[in-house]
Amino acid sequence: MQDLFNKRKAKIDSFNKSRKKKEFVPKEIPEYMFRNCPHCNFSISYREWIDELYVCSRCGYHLRISANERIRQICDRDTYYEIDAKVTTVNEHDFEGYDEKLDIAQRSTGLSEAVVCGVGRINGIKAVVCAMDSNFMMGSMGGVVGEKITKSIEYATSRRLPIIIATASGGARMQEGIISLMQMAKTSAALKRHSDKGLLYMTLITDPTTGGVSASYAMLGDIIIAEPNALIGFAGKRVIEKTVNETLPPQFQRSEFMLEKGFIDLIVERRDLKSTITKLLILHGVK
Amino acid sequence: MDYKDYENLINKLLEQKSKTNDEKEKEAIDNEVKRMMMFAGENLTAWDRVYIARHKDRPKAYDYIKKLFPDFIELHGDRYFGDDNAIVTGLATFHDMPVTIIAQAKGKTTEENIIRNFGMANPEGYRKAIRIAKQAEKFNRPIITFVDTSGAYPGKGAEERGQAEAIAECLFEFSTLKTVVICVVIGEGGSGGALALSIGDKIIMLENAIYSILSPEGFASILWKDETRAKEASERMKLTSFDLKNLGIVDEIIKEPLGGAQYDFEDLIKRLDRSIYNSISELEKVRMNTLINRRYEKYRKIGAYE
Repeated sequence: MQDLFNKRKAKIDSFNKSRKKKEFVPKEIPEYMFRNCPHCNFSISYREWIDELYVCSRCGYHLRISANERIRQICDRDTYYEIDAKVTTVNEHDFEGYDEKLDIAQRSTGLSEAVVCGVGRINGIKAVVCAMDSNFMMGSMGGVVGEKITKSIEYATSRRLPIIIATASGGARMQEGIISLMQMAKTSAALKRHSDKGLLYMTLITDPTTGGVSASYAMLGDIIIAEPNALIGFAGKRVIEKTVNETLPPQFQRSEFMLEKGFIDLIVERRDLKSTITKLLILHGVK
Repeated sequence: MDYKDYENLINKLLEQKSKTNDEKEKEAIDNEVKRMMMFAGENLTAWDRVYIARHKDRPKAYDYIKKLFPDFIELHGDRYFGDDNAIVTGLATFHDMPVTIIAQAKGKTTEENIIRNFGMANPEGYRKAIRIAKQAEKFNRPIITFVDTSGAYPGKGAEERGQAEAIAECLFEFSTLKTVVICVVIGEGGSGGALALSIGDKIIMLENAIYSILSPEGFASILWKDETRAKEASERMKLTSFDLKNLGIVDEIIKEPLGGAQYDFEDLIKRLDRSIYNSISELEKVRMNTLINRRYEKYRKIGAYE
């Protein structure tokens, strides 16, 4: 009897061995339907991403979003209109390859520059809202970004409106050289005039805000709000590591770190953003 | 051939001169050196100026302070965290009027440079500058700033103490400071770290000083991922005093002696003294509101777009 079982087992084994193993092929999922969370790799449908304001429903990771999406999330529907939407950059100093880069950025984002500026209503309260777009040449600030932001600040100053700027930028735009650097001075000076009039300026710092933008208008808000886990700092991590010759912890220069060091007023999750901004506007006597 | 190579050649010739006793040979060497200086000094490329601006023998902020303001009293500390030796602040008399001085000070020797952190300021340095500037505003003293830094210090502590915030605050406060502010770019003006102290009513720049968004090395490494292309980058960055004058960022260029400021410092000081004095006396006549509006417009108009 025992023998019979053994024989049978050997037969099955040899059969299994001879049988070709079927390779596992995952079903192709169309890219437009699902997108993995870059943090926890959880697959989430686009519908859900949109419903959750591009925040991962599993780990709470805040995806980088475009300027227009940011404005959609903050402003009331159909209340936003742009100021100076048509202003575009000219390659004044004929920097090689700059025209092509601009062209690619413009076509891939549908924007004319790395910032969208305009006026809208937030739960009925009128405010100037500017949003930067990190998809447009890393949200870098050149002459036009500086000009658009300065114009918006001046618009807010002359009409006595509060201004909210959502920053997302790698810093000043190298291709425009010294002109980019000077935008830091220009925007800061405009904010000083706005501030001297007793008006409210709120910064919303999003991932990433570094370099010339963080060292100018991003850090000058009466209220500085940051999204969770956003990179905020002046020098790049690699540069610092090279200078001090040590590896920095992953939390270095993140929102939570900056809050602990005392440079940010509050960290607000995206779903609470609009209500928090509204509350703050009301507390500053803006109607 | 770069200016650096000429300089090496000249140094070799001078060495040769010190060895020889033949008067005729000495004279020949002198002539050759003169000829070379003329040729090299008059055909400077942007990269040569980068070299001269960073030269170890180039006068640093302290040399200017000693010559221009012999009775300088240094004031220390930001009253929050500490004192930053990369930025020197203090008071002095200048042509019988009290002035405030804020200077980015590089060192001349390695030891001094370690104390001065190679002229790279930490946030407390910028906060000290703001404190001293506000003090000048209160007592209605003109401010003279000297710009000479490769950039703000990119260190761990600097980030933790808010380098970005400190620089932003400088730009913010200086833009409406109710007193005359004169900025003098004496050496290297690099990135936001230099910009923080160059918000003023008049920007004076020495001929061979440079001023740029970033060091040419950093620029090349960001754009082309290749630090060794710094020379090429410097030619494109428009960082010389003449480029900046054309762009309307710098108001006045002070001519330097052939080969750089160190070759005839006394003469340069005379010209700089006159220029600063003229600027202050001219600007002091302007009404304060007009002055501040003009300062705003000066930065407001920079930027190309259509």
